[in-house]
Amino acid sequence: MSQPNLKPNLRSSPHLKHPVTVEQIMRNVVYAMLPICAWSIYAFGISVALLLATTTLVAMATESLFCRLSGRASSIGDWSVVITGILLGLTLPPGFPLWMAAVGAFVAVGLGKSLFGGLGYNVMNPALVGRAFVQAAFPVAITTWTPPFLPGRFVELIPSTLTLPFTRPVPVDAWIEQQQIDAFSGATPLALHKFDQISTPVSDLLTGMVAGSAGETSALLIIAGGVYLAARKFMDWRIPVSVLLGALLIALPLWLLDSAKYPDPLFVLMSGGLMLGAVFMASDMVASPVTPWGVWVYGLFIGILTVIIRQFGGLTEGVMYAILLGNVLSPLISSVTQSRIFGER
Amino acid sequence: MLFGKTFEHGIHPDDYKSLTNGLPIRRLPFAPTLVLPLQQHTGKPSIALVKPGEEVVRGQPIAKADGAMSVPLHAPATGLIKDIDLRPTAKGPKAPSIILQVYQGDPQQEAYEHPKDVDAMTPAEIRQAVWDSGMVGLGGAAFPTHIKMTPPPEHQVDTLVVNGCECEPYLTCDHRLMLEQPANLIQGIKYFMKALQVKRAIIGVEDNKMDAVHAIAAELQKHPGSGIEVQAVKTKYPQGAEKMLIKAVLNRKVPPASLPSSIGVSIFNVGTLTQLGELLPSGRGVIQRVITVSGTGIKKPGNYLTPVGTPVRFLLEYAGITDKAFQVVLGGPMMGMSVSSLDVPVTKAMSGMVVMEEQQDRRDRPIHPCIRCGWCVEACPMMLNPSMLGLLASSSDYATMASDYHLNDCFECGSCSYVCPSNIPLVQYFRIAKSVNRDRAAAA
Repeated sequence: MSQPNLKPNLRSSPHLKHPVTVEQIMRNVVYAMLPICAWSIYAFGISVALLLATTTLVAMATESLFCRLSGRASSIGDWSVVITGILLGLTLPPGFPLWMAAVGAFVAVGLGKSLFGGLGYNVMNPALVGRAFVQAAFPVAITTWTPPFLPGRFVELIPSTLTLPFTRPVPVDAWIEQQQIDAFSGATPLALHKFDQISTPVSDLLTGMVAGSAGETSALLIIAGGVYLAARKFMDWRIPVSVLLGALLIALPLWLLDSAKYPDPLFVLMSGGLMLGAVFMASDMVASPVTPWGVWVYGLFIGILTVIIRQFGGLTEGVMYAILLGNVLSPLISSVTQSRIFGER
Repeated sequence: MLFGKTFEHGIHPDDYKSLTNGLPIRRLPFAPTLVLPLQQHTGKPSIALVKPGEEVVRGQPIAKADGAMSVPLHAPATGLIKDIDLRPTAKGPKAPSIILQVYQGDPQQEAYEHPKDVDAMTPAEIRQAVWDSGMVGLGGAAFPTHIKMTPPPEHQVDTLVVNGCECEPYLTCDHRLMLEQPANLIQGIKYFMKALQVKRAIIGVEDNKMDAVHAIAAELQKHPGSGIEVQAVKTKYPQGAEKMLIKAVLNRKVPPASLPSSIGVSIFNVGTLTQLGELLPSGRGVIQRVITVSGTGIKKPGNYLTPVGTPVRFLLEYAGITDKAFQVVLGGPMMGMSVSSLDVPVTKAMSGMVVMEEQQDRRDRPIHPCIRCGWCVEACPMMLNPSMLGLLASSSDYATMASDYHLNDCFECGSCSYVCPSNIPLVQYFRIAKSVNRDRAAAA
């Protein structure tokens, strides 16, 4: 028997720890978005590649800058800022001028996240804060759409992409006409329905054969990303499900009431940014409630509000404001939906 | 039967039980010197009956109970009382302890026996016999068993629940006891059913120990009409917490800040009842127990029948430590305490000694702010909101934690800290908050 040569260390229990980290969660969200990015680049061309690179790099640079200004260690390594950058890029039109996208990314991270104290302290989804800012600041550019699968998309940039800062973006209509034979209306499926009563087939919405923001057009890939995250428990599945359920709750009765005026519910779920918002934005952990019931209240609220804005508001798309409002309400929702504790009657 | 018998929430840590669950119980040799703290239980310390220089015989009472919330203590070995002095304990501060020098070469016969016919005893006599044995909750709670046998008079107990979950990772001592000594367990349960005057007893065993379930079921065949049944419950931490087990086997929920007896249940650990099944007929006291010695820091893991008072250092010498040994945890790794001194002795309620590697608790990771992922909320078996409690703790708002967020209903299972991807030491914060609140209440 040997004398144990051990100076025992003193730590408090638990002495075991689950291996998953914040970094791993965030990294996996990025992985889940990569197929959407790839498809978007394939559909809209090199302009989207530049757009996504711009938002992501500016977002990272902004985070780094604010960390340095506030004297904190750089938090780029937690990957959350990468999500913000990519998400913002995915919500912008493919030909969105890069300098405007950079402004959006700076506002998203600076105003939406860093000024609140960084990861964990932001009240709203930072990417949507940036998106809301550019929507207000650049109302024309944010609604200038280009159709997917133009023949020259891999050799030419959409002309508006390289607009010089503080100048008016080059109109894209002439370029689109030169690119394709058919006339293009320059409208998203939501706008087509709202203003011209033209319905887009759901199969096109699933695969992304439509105009729209870079990352919102293929519902199928968004759902696949969501299923991956939910299966690995890196996302609360109840949030996207309740958002979509909330949207159905309003869309279905409307459609039954007057199917000529209101879109069919499947169209409502698949069109616009609802799917992207439900899966990747509303589910932002920091800005959503933690209580089991609160999650349902929050999701339903966002879904219902989205359809109300779409159908009865002046805008064609309502998911962004619905989520931002849901974010702001989530602390309140959390506090009024506290679970009854074990054995409490 | 395998599905549905559980509680809501909880976690699934790796259990590491295969290190020891196939190893039969073996007797540990006597250490040259045993250290016997006068307080090995919740309540008042025992009063020493011996003086330095006195010779004692194995099994002889060496300390008596100081009032009802106290228990006697028996000599775990024949030897010489060297001293009664302050010695380190697992909780940290030094505490009065009897130091016993063991006579090496002595056959260590247990001389103090008072054989009794337990079947002829009244409930009150059984309770007295349990008290005389010095028994405390061997699952780790260390609460005097005779007190738990006496529920408040307004509570009507109808069911005895026997806790064989052993949900802590690494620990397998209860598993081995159920496999090797089911007859003692059933005997102990019968005594307790008589003492508590209940007609029904349920043994709850996690379904990662189906061999134990079968062993008990086979033994129960010999006792038709006994009212005892064995139930497999889902393997999930903390299934062995008494509220969680009662929910699983009876679907009854103990209200906050209440005793199990308020919903008609008395609950005891299998280790406690197995040992009493053997001790009561002979009238002997608790002088040894089975502990699991395990962990990757240990060369010879196993389940050892260990004399109470054996220093941790002796156990480590006997089982051998590896280069990986970093900290020594008494009990299981989820709720057990790590020791600062190897001179701390084995006490009655100590179920295991786990020698762990440095980064099993991953304290090397940075602590991030709470990202409100809600994993802790999904883990908490008490349905608390650890996320919110953690935010309040970080602003030192301990009063609100208790008044609005049920801090005092946290039983510190550690599930929240275990799952937190931000590596926030939640349960550790809650312990601090509780102790600050206690101090403030005492000062007020």
